[in-house]
Amino acid sequence: MTAPTSATKKAVGAPIEAGPVSTFTSGFRIRLRAPSRMRNVELVLLLIACALNGSAILLVQLGALGAVDWSLATLGIGLSVLVFAMHIALRIVATEADPFILPIATLLNGLGIAMIYRLDLADGSEGWAMASVRQIAWTAIALALAIAVIVVLKNHRVLFRFRLTFALVGIVLLVMPVFFRPVNGANIWVQLGPFSFQPGELGKLALAIFFAGYLVTARDSLSMIGRKVLGLTFPRARDLGPILVVFAASMAVLVFQKDLGTALLYFGLFLVMLYVATGRASWVVLGLALFLGGAFAASRVLSYVGGRINSWLDAFSTTNYEADGGSYQLVQGIFGLANGGLIGQGLGQGRPYVTPLAESDYIFASLGEELGLVGVFAILALYLLFVSRGFRIGFAGQDDFGRLLAVGLAFVVGLQVFIVIGGVTRVIPLTGLTTPFLAAGGSSLVANWIIVALLLRLSDTVRGQPRTVIE
Amino acid sequence: MNKELRRVSAVILAMFLTLFISSSVIQVIAVNSLQGDGRNVRVLYDSFSTERGPILVDGVPIAESQPVDDAYSYLRVYANGPLYAPVTGYLTLNQGNTGIEDAMNEELSGTSDAQFIDQVNALISGQNPKGASVELTIDPVVQQAAWDALGDNTGAIVAIDPKTGKILAMVSKESYDPNVLASHESTATVIENYQALLANPNKPLINRAIAGDLYHPGSIFKIVMTAAALSGGDYTPESEFPNPGQLQLTGTETFISNAEGGSCGGGATASIATALRLSCNIPFAQLGEAMGEDRIRDMAERFGFGKKVSIPMTATASIYPSGMDSAQLQLSSFGQFDDKVTPLQMAMVSAAIANGGVLMQPTLIESVTAPDLRVIQSSQPSVFSTPVSGDVAATMVQMLVNGVSNGAASNARISGVDVAGKTGTAENGEGEPYTLWFTGFAPANDPRVAIAVVVENGGGRGQNAFGNLVAAPMAKKVLEAVLSR
Repeated sequence: MTAPTSATKKAVGAPIEAGPVSTFTSGFRIRLRAPSRMRNVELVLLLIACALNGSAILLVQLGALGAVDWSLATLGIGLSVLVFAMHIALRIVATEADPFILPIATLLNGLGIAMIYRLDLADGSEGWAMASVRQIAWTAIALALAIAVIVVLKNHRVLFRFRLTFALVGIVLLVMPVFFRPVNGANIWVQLGPFSFQPGELGKLALAIFFAGYLVTARDSLSMIGRKVLGLTFPRARDLGPILVVFAASMAVLVFQKDLGTALLYFGLFLVMLYVATGRASWVVLGLALFLGGAFAASRVLSYVGGRINSWLDAFSTTNYEADGGSYQLVQGIFGLANGGLIGQGLGQGRPYVTPLAESDYIFASLGEELGLVGVFAILALYLLFVSRGFRIGFAGQDDFGRLLAVGLAFVVGLQVFIVIGGVTRVIPLTGLTTPFLAAGGSSLVANWIIVALLLRLSDTVRGQPRTVIE
Repeated sequence: MNKELRRVSAVILAMFLTLFISSSVIQVIAVNSLQGDGRNVRVLYDSFSTERGPILVDGVPIAESQPVDDAYSYLRVYANGPLYAPVTGYLTLNQGNTGIEDAMNEELSGTSDAQFIDQVNALISGQNPKGASVELTIDPVVQQAAWDALGDNTGAIVAIDPKTGKILAMVSKESYDPNVLASHESTATVIENYQALLANPNKPLINRAIAGDLYHPGSIFKIVMTAAALSGGDYTPESEFPNPGQLQLTGTETFISNAEGGSCGGGATASIATALRLSCNIPFAQLGEAMGEDRIRDMAERFGFGKKVSIPMTATASIYPSGMDSAQLQLSSFGQFDDKVTPLQMAMVSAAIANGGVLMQPTLIESVTAPDLRVIQSSQPSVFSTPVSGDVAATMVQMLVNGVSNGAASNARISGVDVAGKTGTAENGEGEPYTLWFTGFAPANDPRVAIAVVVENGGGRGQNAFGNLVAAPMAKKVLEAVLSR
């Protein structure tokens, strides 16, 4: 690791050093005294994000109610306080963290809350029955957990040490819903009194850490040692075995629980991390072939898979539209998007509530209806930027575990967005996944905010000891 | 690792690009077909927030949208529903519309091309445009008189202004109340109401004036026959035909007779004028055989037979059959066999004769006015066809006047007014009640109204009543109502 050069120190506005000093103390001093450009950029962006969120809620009220209702103001201010608390925490413990990640997450989360609130207004629900109030509560919990993670986790290498624990935790989280009742045909929920959460969302986090950790240790042996079969090099069982077992177990559990969306997500995550770690494209091809084969077999054997694919291929036919579990939701979502057109119907002035599950599965279509293609492009751009900031850590980081973990986490968010919005816009069949930050769902929020915290921590570590100049 | 990372970044980029494209396809490229899909309730609900324009008769709304506090914003209310039902039709939330509600739907919902500027303004201001109001040509006094005249009978009355084609009255009985179909109660209730109306054996949903099963015209078809004869130049009103009391249909064992039995007014021969005045079947059967079906059909089509007339609702085309043998031709010559007409068609026949041989396009629309009081459509009388020359028309006017003053249509006489007209008593089948008709116009010298009255079911008297007994007095009442205006 090269020592930090004085040139980069100067760029951060540090006082000019007279001579050689101990790296530890000088670094410490700089961290306390230098006004960090990163954090200032972040502050401005956060203010803009909070202003946008506030105006979104106002517009929803004006559009749907025709008047302004200040009762939501306290909750909104409370959340903003938490977000700024996180910002302050970053100023203290992670000054070099990426300035874009937190504002993007805040903005997406706020837009989601505004749309869920709009749907509550259409419903006429009050108080704790309002999905938006619950979403605000979960956001607060998620923010608190994110702040905790970023404060407690001073170095991501701690995660590396516990990678096997995370594997176990991941499997346990996945298996838990089996012991509870299925909801909407899928066995992915755990009901604890009035609260329900999806362990699968947190499971993806645990498995990402495990995959990153394991692949870092085994990448050399995986990519170089092995037996050649049909032109492809296959690693030894003792190298690939453990990870394959964990992966196969999670797949089996997911398929058994009919949670195909999460299965697809994990599969994509695994494949990408394997590829990035080992550089073997042939395995990716093999993996994709296996996936397509498995999907084809599933569509024949499992009726609901075949039904989903049928509804996707022939969504507008009368039989599929009227069938139970057919394409009704898909078609209504598409109608909603079309109703939005280029500039949207306006917040509070569309009819997103016509589509079933408009506040969770179809939050994107609801936003698309009221914000139009312009809004859709903005949301997609925000997600793309979020993912790219994660990838930047992958490019610029210098320890492989951190790079791999960052790439894995960023990719899983991007892939999830693709799977959900691809399903809504009929690029691929619908699954049960949630749109990160936007959709109503506590577990999804918690998992994604923890991802935010981890990415911020990783980006801070990367910037704190730069190997390449990033600016 | 960087090389792999670059490739994965490209994959992410490609995935998001797909999403950009798929969203654009749905929200911009395929918008029209998606918005036009019948299952798209959002478009339907949007249409509900427009205040639909009223349908007016003499400036008074007979159908208007009143604001209500529910998801559909406006309730369509029909004042005096059954009276105007054949004209207005009904408007439902999602089961379709009929009548003027359907034919003038674009104007009423504010989406017609003429209201394009209004729509643009609405887009900018965020409000929905209001619909235009449609003023009808119906005269409320005449409409009510026709309704009262029909009484408890099933049938229809159509009254037209022969000079302009404006429809002054259109009544169909048994009628129904469109309010039960426009109601905002559940779709199931509306469908129930509809099914009940469908199941009613008196078929209230059918507008007998322009649609339904149509009727055999019986003797009123003789007007068309006379027009065909006189227009050819080879016949005059004095042309004579043999005058037996019975005629054997060519090539059959069947005999036909005149309505009263006996010959046509005595004498060895009967003229066309006499046959028309006294409504004799046998001379017309002979006339028909002599002219041949093509000549008759040609004249019928000039009057509008075989054509769907748009008023603006589409009236079912009246039928003069083709490919007949001699016996069928003879039967068709006095409005039997497969001749089928609507009251509107027969009123048009009378209107053409009344207007010097020029048939004006019948219409219900007086004017269409946008919410800002701009007139976007006003009635321009147009010629439908010229079935007969002015001379033939004048001759026929005289013949028809004779038919009322001194003939089979005597019950249509109005003191001080020359009424022209023809009655009809159509047979429907073995033992079936007759269909009773009157068609004509008044005053003969300067006609203000042409009328057609049809009464089903023999006027409740099976085969014991005839056109002059039942239909003519009804027509007289309606004619009097018009003349009193």
